[in-house]
Amino acid sequence: MKILIPTPLRPYAAGQSAVEVPGSTVGEAVQALLSSHPELRKHLYNDQGKLRAFVNLYLNEDDVRYLQHEQTPVADSDTLSIVPSIAGGRG
Amino acid sequence: MASLAEQPATLTNDEILRYSRHLIMPEVGMEGQLKLKQARVLCVGAGGLGSPLALYLAAAGVGTLGIVDFDVVDFSNLQRQIIHSTADVGRKKLDSAAEAINGINPNVDVRKFEARLTSDNALDIFREFDIIVDGTDNFATRYLVNDACVLTGKPNVYGSIFRFEGQASVFATEQGPCYRCLYPEPPPPGLVPSCAEGGVLGILPGLVGVIQATEAIKLILGSGEPLIGRLLLVDAMAMRFRELKLRKSPDCPACGTRSITKLIDYEQFCGIRGQEKPATDTIGDMTPEELKERLDRGDKPFILDVRDPHEYQICNLGGHLIPLKELPQRVGELDASREIVVHCKMGGRSAKAVDFLKQQGFTNVHNLVGGINAWADRVDPKVPKY
Repeated sequence: MKILIPTPLRPYAAGQSAVEVPGSTVGEAVQALLSSHPELRKHLYNDQGKLRAFVNLYLNEDDVRYLQHEQTPVADSDTLSIVPSIAGGRG
Repeated sequence: MASLAEQPATLTNDEILRYSRHLIMPEVGMEGQLKLKQARVLCVGAGGLGSPLALYLAAAGVGTLGIVDFDVVDFSNLQRQIIHSTADVGRKKLDSAAEAINGINPNVDVRKFEARLTSDNALDIFREFDIIVDGTDNFATRYLVNDACVLTGKPNVYGSIFRFEGQASVFATEQGPCYRCLYPEPPPPGLVPSCAEGGVLGILPGLVGVIQATEAIKLILGSGEPLIGRLLLVDAMAMRFRELKLRKSPDCPACGTRSITKLIDYEQFCGIRGQEKPATDTIGDMTPEELKERLDRGDKPFILDVRDPHEYQICNLGGHLIPLKELPQRVGELDASREIVVHCKMGGRSAKAVDFLKQQGFTNVHNLVGGINAWADRVDPKVPKY
């Protein structure tokens, strides 16, 4: 499946905007991404291994929090988006 | 959405001519134009997002525009903050913005709030308006705007940008989710770079700010499909717009359980308090003046520049370039027996580099306080600031 990498995290994924990974669940796909780009880990997970509260994962259009979290099954044709909060605007 | 006016509003003949392209379309018409005239919209921030949205709302005939800002126009703003002109550099953004708004449409009543939006003033300011448009630039103010919108029952027209990517949505309506439903907590300080650190493509706030203006107008008119329960993602490089579904979270402390009953300390919530200074000890600090004196004396400390290569091209002190994120792999290029002065743009990244080098056993390393920008300010004005 395809994982879309947002601008702020691209430096930790060799500058790529999308990465193709194997996996049958959201969790497996993310682990595959992290094994090829380990620097991403601290940006996605806290020290307890929990997905950070300012990073959301969307399977196609849906927040995985409202599906089956990281156990959500995925198909090869699916797209997973990593959507972190960004704050810029006034400055 | 428009407030109940004490007297029924009408349009003058001049206004009818001015708004004729609105009046002849059924989606606005006289009724919609009068709603716009009676509407009161608050722009939090008169910067990148606030510039285009305030100009368009003014041109469209929004009757009352409030602006909250405490900043002064700087040369580095002009690349994107199109409400301000070169001649406005050094003026208050509020004054410059009000002049531009009334230049486009003298019928607009501009209400200026020269203040930083805080937990003490937000509710009182928000109560005077129907719609709040969030054009701020930091997480603390974004959570403050959101919570104050939920508490006062005002929709929060949200937009946010980073480099060439933007987000927009409409939060805190009665039926829809709020910002906290999407992001329950802010990132810890330092993990997500700001626009000042990360840069922003100048047109991007134009794109996103105009989306916010469009949503504000639709809310006022009560027509169309507002961005409620949807997060619009804009990638200006790919020129791709995507849409994600948002849900109102039943556990949301702001709009779900409503456990947030008053505004909190948002700087503390965002972990900013007490962290204004880098968490390094200051013993290793060196001021630009000290470095100048050392160089003039003929001392030759090794200068390590931990910025990125494209920043080095803008200006440099002739230092050895190792970007901060490459430092762990390239630490072998450094001689631990020499005195090392580390610098970046403003002193943040170099402080992290000094911490790292000390952990690696380097004992004679210093952080150039304020970075190359402070050097340009205080030692060598020929070095450009950026």
